[in-house]
Amino acid sequence: MSTFQEKQLAIIADFEVFDDWMDKYELIIELGKEIEGILPSDRNNQQLIDGCQSRVWLDSSYANNVMRFSADSDAIITKGIIAMLIKVFDGETPKTILKEDIFFINKIGLQEHLSPTRANGLLGMVKRMKMDALKHV
Amino acid sequence: MTETPGYIQKIRADFPILQSKVHNKPLVYFDNAATTQKPNLVIERIKNYYEKQNANIHRGVHHLSQVSTQDYEDARIKIQHYIGASKSSEIIFTKGTTDGINLIASSFGALLKEGDEILISAMEHHSNIVPWQLLADAKKIELKIIPIAQDGTLLMEEFERLLTAKTKLVSITHISNTLGTINPIENIISKSHAFGAKVLVDGAQSIQHGEINVSTLDCDFFVFSGHKIFGPTGIGILYGKEQILDEMPPYQGGGDMIKSVSFEKTTFNELPFKFEAGTPNIVGGIALGSAIEYIESIDKQSAFEYEKNLLKFTEKELLKIDGLRIFGTAKEKTSLVSFNVGDIHPFDIGTLLDKQGIAVRTGHHCTQPLMDFYEIPGTLRASFSIYNTVEEVSQFLTALKRAISVLS
Repeated sequence: MSTFQEKQLAIIADFEVFDDWMDKYELIIELGKEIEGILPSDRNNQQLIDGCQSRVWLDSSYANNVMRFSADSDAIITKGIIAMLIKVFDGETPKTILKEDIFFINKIGLQEHLSPTRANGLLGMVKRMKMDALKHV
Repeated sequence: MTETPGYIQKIRADFPILQSKVHNKPLVYFDNAATTQKPNLVIERIKNYYEKQNANIHRGVHHLSQVSTQDYEDARIKIQHYIGASKSSEIIFTKGTTDGINLIASSFGALLKEGDEILISAMEHHSNIVPWQLLADAKKIELKIIPIAQDGTLLMEEFERLLTAKTKLVSITHISNTLGTINPIENIISKSHAFGAKVLVDGAQSIQHGEINVSTLDCDFFVFSGHKIFGPTGIGILYGKEQILDEMPPYQGGGDMIKSVSFEKTTFNELPFKFEAGTPNIVGGIALGSAIEYIESIDKQSAFEYEKNLLKFTEKELLKIDGLRIFGTAKEKTSLVSFNVGDIHPFDIGTLLDKQGIAVRTGHHCTQPLMDFYEIPGTLRASFSIYNTVEEVSQFLTALKRAISVLS
């Protein structure tokens, strides 16, 4: 099993202890607070992924055959989901990022956040992470 | 306000969806400015239509076609009477408010010339901005914006300053979908007419919150959507004064809108059919008639009054919450409240309210210029209808406080 999958299984396990949606969201918010993000003064329009509901900034770099990502959002729940996505994608090779599926979002029951109708910028963020990885294959 | 009156509970019982649960919590539906729920009368009418009378209208000689045509045209008359139009030929079926505005922008717009001016306000929905921008670009017409004050009311002295002999149309919302402000449209209409300008009233929000009489208002156009007055989506109404509609060229070409067609010359049908090309949303029109029948069957004056009291009660309770700011504090306001809490993003609160069964709207509400005016990314909006209860407001307040504590 790849570490990409293991990282997703670990996130799923963290959520399995909660039945109540509010508890799940408290964890998401905590995760959002833990990541560094991108300081407002360091944000720029190239990083911006506009959503109707919330905005996302994504920065990526490539060195030693792995992709590094940092990201942020103006909404704290969006930022929490970003934190999970970064946990999974960060430090992986471009090939892995392009090949592997993201399944933990559905397993936790957060698929609505990655739906085109939600318009919170997360779907665009995953797409851009893959596009950035594509440049280095 | 401590309990919901019996007549409201009775109305509520007519709307089956209100018994639903969302995420295992009883649904609290406070997104009525986006769309209203449907009473049994409307739901049954749609079912009945497809089970017993589905046929195309206006052309068939067979029984089902005639019954459907009769019901569709009867619905037009019900709507005519409900909004106080003098003729049924002035009632055009459209897809909705947006479609109605686009029809006017296209067909009334065809009568305008370079240098003419159109006035809209800073609180318009995108659907009452973009069609005019497209027209302005295509015909070199100038679009001017009536500014608003911090409380969300129109600056009437600015309106009067902008209104000149060049103004050909004032297109204005009756009630702001974001702020709830009720605009002084009687005053706007009479002042506009004094300069020879026509007035289009966007009635998307006002149609469900009070009685409308287009003859008393003396507006030239009035548009609304069926789904905002307990009817189905995909059907709406454009009312226009006959004389102006007669002068306007058709909007779309096709069947039903013609008198005769030849490759040399095609002649157009009379009003209202001139503006109704193609097979219409027949069941939508008929079911909108049923929605009007429903609202006529209840004590609507008391219901509208109750909605306003529900708003006052909610606003009073909301203002007890630390850091909560209401956007739209006009004296004349309909039953919706837009707000933010401190620095918390409206999307975050909206997401946590949803998980507690509360349906509110978050975001810019299709009024981005208004968000820019207040320098905010969006708001939370709770909008009420005649079936919402005091108990639901309490559930909403409890859920909101829990969301805030999780997010703070």
